[in-house]
Amino acid sequence: MAQRLMRPGERLTAPPPSAVRRLRHRIGVFLHQVPAARLALLLGPVLLWMIVIYLGSLALLFLTSFWRQDPVTGAIVQDWGLTNYQFLVGESVYRIIAIRTVGIAVAVTVTDIALAIPIAYYAARIASPRVRTLLLLSMVLPLWSSYLVRVYAWRTILSGDGVLNWSLHQLHLGSVNLGFSRWSLWIVFSYLWLPYVTLPVYAALERIPNSLIEASTDLGARWITTFRRVILPIALPGIIAGSIFAFSLTIGDYIAPDLVGDTEFIGNVIYQNVGIQNDIPFAAAYAIVPALVMAVYLLIARQLKAFEAL
Amino acid sequence: MSRERAIEPQSIQIGLRVLTALVLAFLYVPLFIIILYAFNPARSQSWPLPGLSTRWFVATWNNADVRTALLTSLKAGLGATTIALILGSLAAFAVHRFRFFGREAVSFVLILPLALPGIVTGMALNSTINLGGELIGLSFSLWTIIIGHATFCVVVVYNNVIARLRRTATSLVEASYDLGADGLQTFRYVILPNIATALMAGGLLAFALSFDEIIVTNFTSGSEITLPKWIFNNLRLPNQRPVVNVVASVLLLVSLIPVYIAQRLTQESGGLVSAGRGAIPAAIEDAGEQAAAP
Repeated sequence: MAQRLMRPGERLTAPPPSAVRRLRHRIGVFLHQVPAARLALLLGPVLLWMIVIYLGSLALLFLTSFWRQDPVTGAIVQDWGLTNYQFLVGESVYRIIAIRTVGIAVAVTVTDIALAIPIAYYAARIASPRVRTLLLLSMVLPLWSSYLVRVYAWRTILSGDGVLNWSLHQLHLGSVNLGFSRWSLWIVFSYLWLPYVTLPVYAALERIPNSLIEASTDLGARWITTFRRVILPIALPGIIAGSIFAFSLTIGDYIAPDLVGDTEFIGNVIYQNVGIQNDIPFAAAYAIVPALVMAVYLLIARQLKAFEAL
Repeated sequence: MSRERAIEPQSIQIGLRVLTALVLAFLYVPLFIIILYAFNPARSQSWPLPGLSTRWFVATWNNADVRTALLTSLKAGLGATTIALILGSLAAFAVHRFRFFGREAVSFVLILPLALPGIVTGMALNSTINLGGELIGLSFSLWTIIIGHATFCVVVVYNNVIARLRRTATSLVEASYDLGADGLQTFRYVILPNIATALMAGGLLAFALSFDEIIVTNFTSGSEITLPKWIFNNLRLPNQRPVVNVVASVLLLVSLIPVYIAQRLTQESGGLVSAGRGAIPAAIEDAGEQAAAP
């Protein structure tokens, strides 16, 4: 038995490595010794993509807005000028549309916050773990799925002979002509973006330590006082974080105003100018408006520490 | 989070429960209604439905335009998901492993295509494709759809993978190196099995996002018709309504299923939900880390 045992170290002599294996080893060693090369390899592709394609496009959007369209040929002429912006400021219709878009976006954001807080509070602090999981799942599912189908569903429900009027008729409440108005737009937008607000608000509420709330109660505060003075201030960044999506998605939309509304949004004007008139420079100039509004919103959100809750 | 006593008065608890139920109904009743409409035997959209029938499913399946659109949407979704998986996971590795200048800006830049209004992203890509057409003969095609979708899908994969990496013990990787594995082997046998379900979840969510996107797609697709575009173009035509209803229901279910599976995949490993289109899980992970730090 004893002489059949291998001498120590014998099994460790490996066969000579193949060329591929040696190359792999050399690359491995190089990457191990030069962390910057590793970083460049990992980060390079995505940086290139986002900078060239996305940030580059945004920059080009800005440049295009200073060009103009040749009225005869329809081609884009790269003459620098403020014609598009003068037109935007001069024609009151564009101002009205911009104000309307932002106004409805504000109404939708406020509505969603008002709806999100109770449901998020219930999920975070009252529901049993099983119910909480179900609630979160039911928030996440519509968030990711079928934006267009959800708008279309409302178009069907709100139309004259749809579910809404039928239900109202059954309840002897007469009929409403909600379909295709600003009211229907407000309802549908609030519906569409509610999960975007609920989830960050939930995350914010869930993080509040119980001890803080108990301390407030022990010190004699009623629930409403605790909610107003302890819970709400701590959850505020989460609420603002959620509102970013509701606000941004509303001002960037043109499908819902087209399908369930009776008015035009900034997006509708842009879409028509790209699709029908083909006046890309003017569309680009108008697209700067929601971009600027959003930039201001994001700056305020950052001041309110919302990014840490995003 | 177990609690010995609730501080909320009974009345508030009941009120919140009722409100929650109402909000859930508000969220889900329209979805059930639109699925019911797919079984509407009549061409008219009036409620209540005269009966239930599957005849329009057959008509939809035989509709050549719908099939072409479905194929385009599938190709766009698969293309965008593939790019997002590669770029998103590489970026997650970089941010997780390295400390470098501008590290905090990475996730901000990645979320930007989702955080900025869709019309801005769409219009920006449209200007670029137009100029690209003049300069290098770029034209609107399936590829421009894929590029546009991939741009906002990257963050989804990134968030899922980085959340998982933060939970994976670095000692596992160190052990692998100590036992003589090279980088590729460590990746293949240690890192990949660890992040597999996160990649899967991120990929499914990215696919769901791409599959029913329309706001940006309208600006990047030219004459290519995706399934949502087909619905958008046809829903006003009374003749097409029954088919639109069926396509809408199928689109709804096809995008719900991947999201549901993705949800299960990320939940098993203890992380919450890929919420906020991917923005929130990372934040929750961060909060966890801060809470754990002394």
